[in-house]
Amino acid sequence: MTKRILLGAVATALIIAAGYANFYVAPTERTMGVIQRIFYFHAATAWAGEMVFFVCFVANLLYVWKREQKYDWLGVTCAEVGLACITIVLITGPIWAKPVWGIYWTWDARLTSTFVLWLLYVSYLLLRTLIEEPGRRALLSALFGIFAFLDVPLVFFSIRWWRTQHPAPVIMGGQGSGLDPTMKKVFFFNVLVMHIFCLFLIVERYVLEKLRHDVDLLQREAEVQ
Amino acid sequence: MALFSNTATLLNKELRTEFRSRELLTTTSVFILIVLVLFSFATNPGTEEARQFAPGLLWLAILFASSLMFQSCFLREQVNDTLSSLRLAVSDPFAIFLAKLIANTLFLLLTEALMLPFFAIFYNISLWSKLPVLSLVLFLGSIGIAVAGTAISAISAQARMRELLLPLLLLPLLTPVLVVSATVTGSLLDRDPVVQWKGIAFLGVFDLVFLTALWIFGQYLLEE
Amino acid sequence: MTVRSRQSRTIVTTLALPPTGLRFENIDKRYGGLFALRRVSLEISPGECVVLAGRNGSGKTTLLRIAARIVSPTAGQLSFPGAAGDSAAGRPGYVAHTTMVYDELTAEENLILFAKLQDVPNPAARAEELLREVNLYERRDSAVRTFSRGMRQRIAIARALIHRPSVLLFDEPATGLDPLGISWLAKTLGEVNRSGCTVVMSLHGESEISALATRAVQLDAGAVIADTKTGASLRSILSFGGA
Repeated sequence: MTKRILLGAVATALIIAAGYANFYVAPTERTMGVIQRIFYFHAATAWAGEMVFFVCFVANLLYVWKREQKYDWLGVTCAEVGLACITIVLITGPIWAKPVWGIYWTWDARLTSTFVLWLLYVSYLLLRTLIEEPGRRALLSALFGIFAFLDVPLVFFSIRWWRTQHPAPVIMGGQGSGLDPTMKKVFFFNVLVMHIFCLFLIVERYVLEKLRHDVDLLQREAEVQ
Repeated sequence: MALFSNTATLLNKELRTEFRSRELLTTTSVFILIVLVLFSFATNPGTEEARQFAPGLLWLAILFASSLMFQSCFLREQVNDTLSSLRLAVSDPFAIFLAKLIANTLFLLLTEALMLPFFAIFYNISLWSKLPVLSLVLFLGSIGIAVAGTAISAISAQARMRELLLPLLLLPLLTPVLVVSATVTGSLLDRDPVVQWKGIAFLGVFDLVFLTALWIFGQYLLEE
Repeated sequence: MTVRSRQSRTIVTTLALPPTGLRFENIDKRYGGLFALRRVSLEISPGECVVLAGRNGSGKTTLLRIAARIVSPTAGQLSFPGAAGDSAAGRPGYVAHTTMVYDELTAEENLILFAKLQDVPNPAARAEELLREVNLYERRDSAVRTFSRGMRQRIAIARALIHRPSVLLFDEPATGLDPLGISWLAKTLGEVNRSGCTVVMSLHGESEISALATRAVQLDAGAVIADTKTGASLRSILSFGGA
């Protein structure tokens, strides 16, 4: 319990530190101005989200192989945390894009595949609510999670290679090259912070899922008697 | 090999069942037709812009139709619990999937073949010279749709609200097929047609990835 | 070897296989937090005719589906002592509440399908043989959709026996049958069992069919609570009286 509180405290402190760094440590970008600062948070969350989905994929594989409930709990936990990250990415993206490029959205490879990723994992969670029996729910959602994750690189490359007729403003990635050294440090600090914060969220959500399962078990036993 | 003989037997059953009633084929064909007609009301066929959208609309119509077509795929095995008797009888459960996905591919291709003349007429596009390559694109795209559709059908058949769930699960998965097939078809039907072999190869890769995934994980989809 | 009774043909014309038993070792089946079966251990000898009795929800159907290998146990082992390897005929025959055949296909087409899937030699001939023996030969070209309850029962049995199994599993065989149907079923199951096939069936209450039993086992809340092998009375088990 104390470990969790410690993790929560550290994560919160780090987020505040990252926020401070984003606004006061990083220099203002020449062309875009203050709005560019959202990039650190936006891109770092995207990286963390992708990592979380990868863990979800591994949890899904492990569940199908070993059939231990903890992998199912880890899977749904990572799906939710990952989805939260992606939602933030999809919201902060347009916030940044509008003042800078004048448009809210563009159908470039990264954005579009992020959106499809969002749709896939929303479907994953929806699937779970529509199956009552826990064993079936765990197995079928794990299998769908595996198919979904295998699909993601296919989505990304299909759009990157076949949807570049209208060159889109590169929202992220392009900044990586030739970044000011301070900016780089701030960026990687954000990446670290978001990973730790996601870890905190995962731990808390996992504990919640386990509790939910234990309560359910107790309820069923009570009903039997 | 037992897998192939079981698949052949089951494929025979799938085709026989469908051709006896022809329900699936007729309803799917009519549905694609309706979608094409509706698209023409929503856009403005005959104009140059509409011609540019046409390939995308064709594939969109195929995708929507497939999400209807695959509903019954595993549901019809629940009626008399024939899925249990099949699982009892076959030596490799993948035979069940293989037979269904071959049948689904064939049904899709048949529906597409029926729809192509209408498509050509509505959008004033000449298809004859491009038929060989177009057939290849339709073939590879349809396999991809059928593989994913068969797998998702097995999943949604075991959940509630399955009629709504199936498109929800299937359509995001098929985005690569839509993007690539529509683009390749588009450049094929252009005034200066170009064959995008890279795209065709990509469709093959998509098919292979999902076929392999189904081969590895299919048995778990049928478990109880 | 053909076993013929004086009046009619029998359903089993040859038993090509070694008699096979069933062994359940500490079978658990859990659905979420609920135990459908709890540490069930049961040894059924080849040739026995066993009745599984118990209230609804006691686990009879689950146990049969596990024996049929349609459902996999959460824990424990299932084996078939005496079975001839993993050949198709080593698989049990299974009859449940539904026919488990295709309504849109004819009786003959269905049987040929299941015969071919299980590598039965001469599928068409075997299908015809079974159709005659369950008195469905005249309706062989009719879609199963058109069959009555009794006919559906018979096509289901034909499907289960198509590959000459040495174990037959039957979930509540008498449901929905009229007295004539029950008589026919009792006669058929008796013949099947006498020819060496091990029969395990779940039943409610006494009937012509329960009279065939050489042994009865009572299940309650997923556990075995009584067994005629260990001295319980058949009658009390069939009326859910326990030991």
